[in-house]
Order: sequence, then C-alpha cells, then structure tokens
Amino acid sequence: MSNFFNKSDLTRNDVEEIVSDTLKNCDDGELYFEDSKSESILLDDNKIKSSNYSSDLGFGFRAISDEVVAYSHSNEISKESLKNSSKNLKSTLKSSKGTYNHEIPKTNNKFYEEINPIEQKSLDSKLEVLNKVNDYLRKKDFTVKQVTASFAGEQKSIEIIRSGGEALTDVRPLIRFNVSVMLEKNGRKETGVYGVGGRQSYDEYLKNDNWKNVCEEALRIASVNLESKPAPAGEMKVVLGPGWPAILIHEAIGHGLEGDFNRKKTSAFHDLMGQKVASEGVTIVDDGTLDKRRGSLTIDDEGTPTERTVLIENGILKNFMQDRLNARLMKTKSTGSGRRENYKHIVLPRMRNTMMLSGKQTQDEMIKSVDKGIFAVSFGGGQVDITSGKFVFNCTEAYEINNGKIGSPIKGATLIGDGPSILKEVSMVGNDMMMDPGIGTCGKAGQGVPVGVAQPSILIDKMTVGGTKL
Amino acid sequence: MIKDQEYLKSKASYCLDLAKKLGATDASVTVGNSISESVSFRNRVLDESNRSDSLAISIETYIGKKRSSISSSNLLDENLKILISKCFETTKITPEDEFNSLPDKDLLAGEIKDLNLYDESHLENDKKIDYLRELEEVASIDKKIVNTESGFTENKSNFILANSDGFCNGYKSSSFSASCVTVAKDENSMERDYEFTSKCHLNDIIDPKNLGKIAAEQTIKKLSPKKIGSDKISIIFDKRIAKGLLSSFASAISSSAIARGTSFLKDKIDQQIFSNSINIFDKPDLVKGMGSQCFDSEGVKSEALKLVERGFLKEYLVDTYNGKKLNLKSNGRSGGGTNLYFENGQISFEELLKIHSRSLYITETIGHGTNIVTGDYSVGANGFLVENGELKYPVSEITIAGNFNDMFKSITLANDLDFKYSVNSPTMMIEGMTVAGK
Repeated sequence: MSNFFNKSDLTRNDVEEIVSDTLKNCDDGELYFEDSKSESILLDDNKIKSSNYSSDLGFGFRAISDEVVAYSHSNEISKESLKNSSKNLKSTLKSSKGTYNHEIPKTNNKFYEEINPIEQKSLDSKLEVLNKVNDYLRKKDFTVKQVTASFAGEQKSIEIIRSGGEALTDVRPLIRFNVSVMLEKNGRKETGVYGVGGRQSYDEYLKNDNWKNVCEEALRIASVNLESKPAPAGEMKVVLGPGWPAILIHEAIGHGLEGDFNRKKTSAFHDLMGQKVASEGVTIVDDGTLDKRRGSLTIDDEGTPTERTVLIENGILKNFMQDRLNARLMKTKSTGSGRRENYKHIVLPRMRNTMMLSGKQTQDEMIKSVDKGIFAVSFGGGQVDITSGKFVFNCTEAYEINNGKIGSPIKGATLIGDGPSILKEVSMVGNDMMMDPGIGTCGKAGQGVPVGVAQPSILIDKMTVGGTKL
Repeated sequence: MIKDQEYLKSKASYCLDLAKKLGATDASVTVGNSISESVSFRNRVLDESNRSDSLAISIETYIGKKRSSISSSNLLDENLKILISKCFETTKITPEDEFNSLPDKDLLAGEIKDLNLYDESHLENDKKIDYLRELEEVASIDKKIVNTESGFTENKSNFILANSDGFCNGYKSSSFSASCVTVAKDENSMERDYEFTSKCHLNDIIDPKNLGKIAAEQTIKKLSPKKIGSDKISIIFDKRIAKGLLSSFASAISSSAIARGTSFLKDKIDQQIFSNSINIFDKPDLVKGMGSQCFDSEGVKSEALKLVERGFLKEYLVDTYNGKKLNLKSNGRSGGGTNLYFENGQISFEELLKIHSRSLYITETIGHGTNIVTGDYSVGANGFLVENGELKYPVSEITIAGNFNDMFKSITLANDLDFKYSVNSPTMMIEGMTVAGK
C-alpha cells in the first residue's frame, strides 16, 4: 500500500493522527484509500474503436455520529487535502458525543488472488482475440451485420484506516469479456449479447477457445430473436430458466432486504421479519465468499469479512443485509455487505452473489404443467420500486408455452410483478441451480457495483407480461 | 475553491507538449475540476453531508490514423509523464482507423458566448440545512406521509479542452439542486414519489415550501392503486416521462448508432417519422440552460438545430469520427443533444385529458425496456386512470408497450412546455399502445 504515501507529503503517522483526532467523538468512521487501474478495449464495426487506460487514486473520509454520516473525498493525496476533509467532517458533526466502536472481525480467507489482470495479458494478444471474434462471427453467418467485442479489466487496491491506526487491505482483480452481435434478415434487425467474467485473469475465461462459445451464445440469442413474434400481454404463468434470470430475485426481493431501506422503514419488507414471504422450498442466500466470482469480496468496503447470509429459509424471512451503520442502528451485526462503487461514494448495504438454492423438480415438469404462459431464458436489466415493491425486468430471450410445449420465440417484453408476493407464487423449484456467467452490475443511489446471481429453473403461477398482443 | 483556468491550461499544455515530444502527430486533452457539497435530511433531521473535490484528466494521442486514450485523477507531473508514455506506446500498436482524426479546424469554436452558466454564490451548509428543514416541515404535514428524505447539492466546475491544432478553451459552470422524496402509507399500500429542482443559478430554484408540498401531494395521490385489465388505450405521458421518449429519439439519431446501423431511424433523413404537427429543436445556446454548451466535447462549435420539422427528420446528432464515416460534417454534438425539446402543441393540458373519454395518465415508468435497434418499447408503469378529463384513481403494476415507429406517428402534444431539465417535452398523448394488466 506504499502507493498512498510514497508520492505525497503524507506519512502513515500523519494519517493515523488525523483519523484518530477526527473520529474521537464519533460512533464509527474510517479513511478509505483506493488505487485503481482499469482498461477497456473495444472492437466495433470491424475496427478497434477504442483502447483506454485509466488510473485513479483517491481517498474518502467518513465520520458517523448516531444516524448522521459526514463524508468528504478528494483525489488530491496530501496532508493539506486530508486536513481540509477532516475540518469539513468536524464542522458537520460538531456536537457529536459518540464512542468509537473499535471492534471489527478478522479473516484469513482470500477469495481471489492479488493479480493485476491488465498486466497479465499483452495488449497485442487482447487485440488478436477481438479480431478473431469479429472474423469468426462474420464468416459464420452472412446475416451478421454488426459485431462488438470488448475486454474490460481492473485492479483495485484498497486500504481502510480506522481510528487507532488499525489498517485493513484488499487487492481486487475483475475482468469482463463481452460480445454483442446484430443480425439483419429481410429488413429485420435483432441483437444478441453474451459475456463472461469474474475475479481472475482474462486467460482463465478464454482457455480452450472459450471465446468461441461466447460468440456462439450471442449469435444463438440474436438468431432466436430474428424469428420472434409479438409477445402476449396480460397475466399468465412464467417459467424462468436457471442462472442469469435470477436477476428477478435480485430485483424483486434482494433490494428490499438491504438494511438501510428496512431501518428507514421504506422497504415493503420492513415489518415482515420471521414471517412467511415465499413458498415452502424457497431458500435464498447472499454470499460474498464464492471463489473468484464477480460479486465476491474478501472484505467489504468497511473492512468486514464477507459471509454467506441466509435471507429466506424455506419461505421464512431470516435476515437483512447489513453494513456497520445500519447494523448498529438496528442492533445487529454487519453481514459484510457494506459496499461502494469507489472512494467518491459513501458505503451502502448491497448484494454480493444472490442465489436461490435448488429444489426437487425438473424444468420439463414445469413446462409440461403450463397450458398458456411464457418460458424466459435470458434477461436484460431490471429495476424495482422499493417502497411499493413493484419490480420489472426485460426478457431478451423468451418463448411461448402452449399446452405444455415450448412454442415460438417472442419479442423482448417487460415482466412486472410485486416483490413481497411474487415468491409466494413460486409453485415449483428446479434441481438445476446455475450461476450467471459473471456479468452483473447493480445500480443503487447512482453507484454501480459488480454482483452475481444464481437460481434453478422456477415456475411462477402468475405474473404480468408486457407484450403488445392482446 | 475550484482550480482556475490558468492552472488547468498549464496542465493541458504540459500534456500536449509531452505527447508531441514523444512523437504523437496529434493530441487532445481535457482537464477538469469539480467541487460539490451536499447535505441530506431524513425525517426532519440531518442525515448526511458530503463534500467532493474531483480532478480529472483525459488524454488522446494520435500517430497518424492510430489513436488511444488514457484518463486519470492524479495530476502530478510525474504521473502524467508515465501515463502519456503508456498512452503513446499503446497508440503505436493500435490498428489504424481511417476515420480517426481531430475535428476539422474550420469547425472549431471561435468566440465563446457568455451563456451565464456560472453563479458564484455559495450557500453554506447551515443555509442548505435551513432550506431542507423548511422543505421537510411542509412535506410532512399530512399524517399519511411516513418518511421524508431531501437533499441539497451545490456544484461548481471548471474545465479546459485543448488540442494540438491550437484549440484551448473552457469555462466554469455551476448548479444548485434540491430534491424531496416522500413515502406515504395507508391501510392498503405504501407509495413513494418525488419532486426536484435544479438550476445554474441559486436564485432560480423552486422555494422549499413549494417543493415539499408538491412531493407530498404527488405521493398521497398514489395511495391505494388498482391494477387494470389488459387493453388498447391512449396513454398520456406526464412531462417527466415524455422527456424520456425524446432522449430515446436522441440516442436513435446519434451518428454512432446510425453509422453502426443499429438504429431504427437509419436512412430516415427527409422522411416522415412523427405526426405532421411535431417539431423538435436542439438549442445549445440557451442562457442559463441546463444543457447549454459553447462547444461540444471535441471543441466543435454547436449551433441550434431543427431536428424534426413538421414530422420529418432533418438532422442527425453528428460528431467528428462518425461524421467522417457517414460523410457528414460534425454539427457539434459529440456529447449528444444539448437543450433538446418538442415545440409546444396547440391544446392545453386539460383539453388533452378530455380528448378521449377514457385514457391512462402515466407518471412513472420502471425498467430499461427501450430497444433503439428495433424501436420496441415495453416498460413497467404507474399513473392514473382518466375518465372524462378527470383523474379517477391511481393505477399500478401494469406495463405499457408499443413500437416507436408507430408511437411517434401518434403523438399529440399539450402546450405546457417548460425548461426544467436539459431534455424537455410538453405533456404527450400517444394513441394505440397496449397496456398489460390483469
């Protein structure tokens, strides 16, 4: 972590002194240093469209007194700048009379290696893969009219310095490889997108020519959509495929179980703890400890080791996801869910890898049981209104189900439901739980953080499908 | 204090000189500083204060038709040296692209108009707190309001854009914004709504009492919503939603979407895409405008455009790179639209509500159901059922869907345009869309 000190007039002693002095009458708080390096390389329209490298160094200083959070951040690493921030925090919390909570759990676990994925693969070889993707897709299918392929990689090093000088560090690699293809046939255009990623080197995701599989999947989705018909409109049964469709769980109930909304009583779930919120057989966990997954963290952005938090067990609401602030105010403990996009943002309780665990039924049984409905295999994004509990997500690959059989593909449609009641409509849980491919980013209060989701196939008895066909 | 022009200029020219020295044939640099201070309140007590001081630099280097870029927040000369040589090395091995170039010199902005985008007033945090206290007092008068959250943000920025063709310009801007989110509860439901104000000048923002009152009223109106049946029904979009459709239109006519062939409006220049009565303008030079600019992010002068005239598409939003690809000159829109708006319609809001005996007034949409490749549109929504010109009851958990090709030709606008955002629309009615509900 020498980076934070070797290019400025700041010494570790100065920092510890300023932090301890600023936080002495506060309940909690810390100084968060962040050094991030990131790259993005994009091929588009037959050409390398952009190659960008970015390096960012900065700090965020937080002081908490009771419910009040004072925050100040800057990318000028100097004694003067840190003192200015300190002054700013003190002026907001001038009447603070708290007692600093020094307790923070420790861990020896590590869920990823301290690598810099950007340096591990040469620019030349990244360009070569992108060009191969472009050639492969355009040769493979003459209806391919546009190919976009990209690499995004980063290494983020953080150091958290708490009052008294305790320091916690983490080095986080993250990569993503993405392919998007647009087809045109008989004047109709459709796109398909697929990607992979996580907290390992690029090559882990590219070995055995895996880039070809990514291309094939994007192409397959686009081809299916070329044949799609207008989607039906109205309430019907919905079968969700395994893996990525779990963003339904993320939107429908995940956000509603974040500590801040429940402390503030603005979540539709705030008074449902210990109650039945889902059908029997539905168990949902949020896990930050999965090896090398996109949503995993060794420690969260407050320094708390992450864990596997059981949110719903066999239908019963068991836990909320907590950061230190909300945990203290709700008289419970942090679940290691305190996250921020970067040093420019305050910590909020956030999801990591949110998963519905496997049940006993097969996807076949689900499809066979449906007279009229849809089978949704892949999604674009989703969104939720925490307060009313209403959530949506957009299908990017879906089919009609008629009399127990999968029918024609249907056009992208929005599905809408009610968070607190949707899981009670789950009548079958499949035995085929699958993780998503490592592509999710969750937005909350203007902050994006990498997350993962997983689920088996599920059957939902009633949901509104927002097609155009009445 | 934000960094002054001299400081930013010295950093920019340091970078340009260094890039040239290394062998770059062209280069461009943007350096900016932004300081923002915000305070937020919750249930009438202080919740959070936040001060942010951000420096940012981005540099593009060219070797002939090869280009790459770097960005950083660390402006120390030593760091810039490392980054620029890294950028230069990357440029060397990046393949050529015939369309890569700095903007044509004759298109660069000359004289900079003063659009009055900067207000140097500073509101101390204690004064921001007074504003929010007053706001939340009004917002929480009604017992049905169970939670209030509000915030006040003051932002000041300054930037310099410089390139190796001698362009070097920039200016300060400011914004003052306040928002209020309220939650209301009754025996059947809990609902949330909001109101906000944002202006370049402190004196132009809405007074706190009004802001709190509007947020609370809008929220209470939403309580105990019903779900309606699936139907074809005319949809009336509140101004805050109607502007979103205009933003989708702007992304569909961006030269990058057109050049890549991924827009449903490709090859539609001089064709009718909206109903006859529709005119759309994009004016970068509105005094105090929220989307105003003296030049675009490449330094190209931007002039007012009439994008749609009597329903016919007249212009794309063009930047240098995609312009060269499409054989068009940049019209100074490398950052997209500026102050984009529909010209007012002929009838009042009240008359619009009365056109059909039954329609749906949409005040909120959720989801990202806009596909600019196909023009397909499908989003979650809530609002009010309108009967004979009156809001009858709140409606929620429905979706609305259609295709922009049809929707754009079925637009009727009211005459209630105001310039609250950078993209603005009067209240809008669209016929022939599908509602999915029960």
